Amino acid sequence: MTPALSLRNLRKVYNESFEALKGISLDVMPGDFFAMLGPNGAGKSTTIGIISSLVRKTSGTVEVFGKNIDTDFSIAKKYLGVVPQEFNFSMFEKVEDIVLQQAGYYGLPRKQALVQTEKYLKQLSLWDKRQTPARMLSGGMKRRLMIARALVHEPQLLILDEPTAGVDIELRRSMWDFLRQINAAGTTIILTTHYLEEAESLCRNVAIIDQGVIVKNTSVKSLLQQLNKEIFIFDVPGNLASLPSLMGHRVAQIDEHSFEVEVDKGQSLNAVFTQLTAQGFEIVSMRNKSNRLEELFVAMVNANKDLAGGAQKEVQA
Amino acid sequence: MSAHEQWIAFITILRKEIKRFTRIWVQTLLPPAITMILYFVIFGKLIGSRIGDMGGFSYIEFVAPGLIMMAVITNAYANVSSSFFSAKFQRSIEELLVSPTPNYIILLGYVMGGVARGVAVGLIVTVMSLFFADLHIHHWFTTIFIVFMTSVLFSIAGFINAIYANTFDDVSIIPTFVLTPLTYFGGVFYSINLLPEFWQQISVLNPILHMVNAFRYGMLGISDLNVGMALVGLTLFVVVLFAVALHLLKSGKRLRA
Repeated sequence: MTPALSLRNLRKVYNESFEALKGISLDVMPGDFFAMLGPNGAGKSTTIGIISSLVRKTSGTVEVFGKNIDTDFSIAKKYLGVVPQEFNFSMFEKVEDIVLQQAGYYGLPRKQALVQTEKYLKQLSLWDKRQTPARMLSGGMKRRLMIARALVHEPQLLILDEPTAGVDIELRRSMWDFLRQINAAGTTIILTTHYLEEAESLCRNVAIIDQGVIVKNTSVKSLLQQLNKEIFIFDVPGNLASLPSLMGHRVAQIDEHSFEVEVDKGQSLNAVFTQLTAQGFEIVSMRNKSNRLEELFVAMVNANKDLAGGAQKEVQA
Repeated sequence: MSAHEQWIAFITILRKEIKRFTRIWVQTLLPPAITMILYFVIFGKLIGSRIGDMGGFSYIEFVAPGLIMMAVITNAYANVSSSFFSAKFQRSIEELLVSPTPNYIILLGYVMGGVARGVAVGLIVTVMSLFFADLHIHHWFTTIFIVFMTSVLFSIAGFINAIYANTFDDVSIIPTFVLTPLTYFGGVFYSINLLPEFWQQISVLNPILHMVNAFRYGMLGISDLNVGMALVGLTLFVVVLFAVALHLLKSGKRLRA
């Protein structure tokens, strides 16, 4: 099957000095919901910039549904819809005009453009604002406008660069639902995000990029299986006088009302509760300490830093 | 993109550009009308009546074509330089750069937007001038060709300026320090026959002089210079500048990282 996106040995060197991408290769299959994770400056936005032709690559190839962005750019671009990280529309133009114009740039006849503009503005709850200049919209509305604009030509591959950055929880959830819907309808989605909960909740496959290389490219499921420990936080009523002593578990105090317990994956929590009860601890609530993917992400990025540091030392030696 | 899709993309850019300058008509269409009325009143009526005839026409009739050309040049240039630079500044140009619209369509769309404003302002100024002078068209082809090609030329120049510009100041430098002096010394207000021989030869190097002169020939039928040369030279300038602008757009200079 032809991948929706295929990157081969993609390199980008800025100002002949900084190598932002060090020859990454990646395949994203049609219908996938794919996450690209990485810390700031990892190369995610550069990758998206190259795919959308806003950044000139130093070397390598990019194919969208088998069409090379250099030689078949017209067809490749029609397959692609991009939602950038920063607002990049004219603040003085009306919402409807911004989306209609984008349809025109893709060669959609006016009649069809009007129909699709209405469809996506309604789906993203912006129809009532269609005559409003973009500068008058709230941050969340502006973000939704960029999604409507990217979808108006009905691309088969939608790339979103941190789509929910700075968006409140309610809106983020509704955007997730919307993205799930269009993915279920057949659109391949690639997103970069800092919210690892977002990747865990939405995506099936993931690539972790750090310092211009892909550290990991696998399914979210298999990535999470690598996590062999979980940390639970227990809250007690009143002040915590002392910490419990739990056989085979690391225990640490969080504050005067709570402590955390490290539990091996697959290990029963019953034993923990039995010991807590025996030691006279009353538990009023319990929760996961952090996003599971976040722990893996941090571990992988740190491991990559150590590796890069080692290589640097070797070169210096 | 098929030819039909390219046409849709072109019309979309052109429509956007026309919508932009008509939306802000107080900044784009009204000022040249007011400025030209002042020129006609001061240079045409008040001072002109004391100057007498020039080239066999009253002074106001002589300066009218030059003033129309001045408005066409500055407005065609300003439209593209400010519109394209603000698209670059707000990053809305990325809407076009990520789309399959070919570079030459992007360039043509912006240039024709500049032509639309240049011609619109030219028409407004022409209508204003009719209140002060009795104008006729001596040679229709030359008049229309010169107005169209001049606005194309300065629209492309404005586009190149916008590509290189990093700040709004960079957009105003060329009009202030290059276009205005060249226009004022481009025979708008005088015939170069009034100049000493040396300055006549220097003036001939000013391309705007040839455009103004050819346009005046089209309207009044009088000329200080070879009109045929002006038409050919203007066409060559347009071809060369179009190729330069297209090359800049293709290379992604100051547009793509």
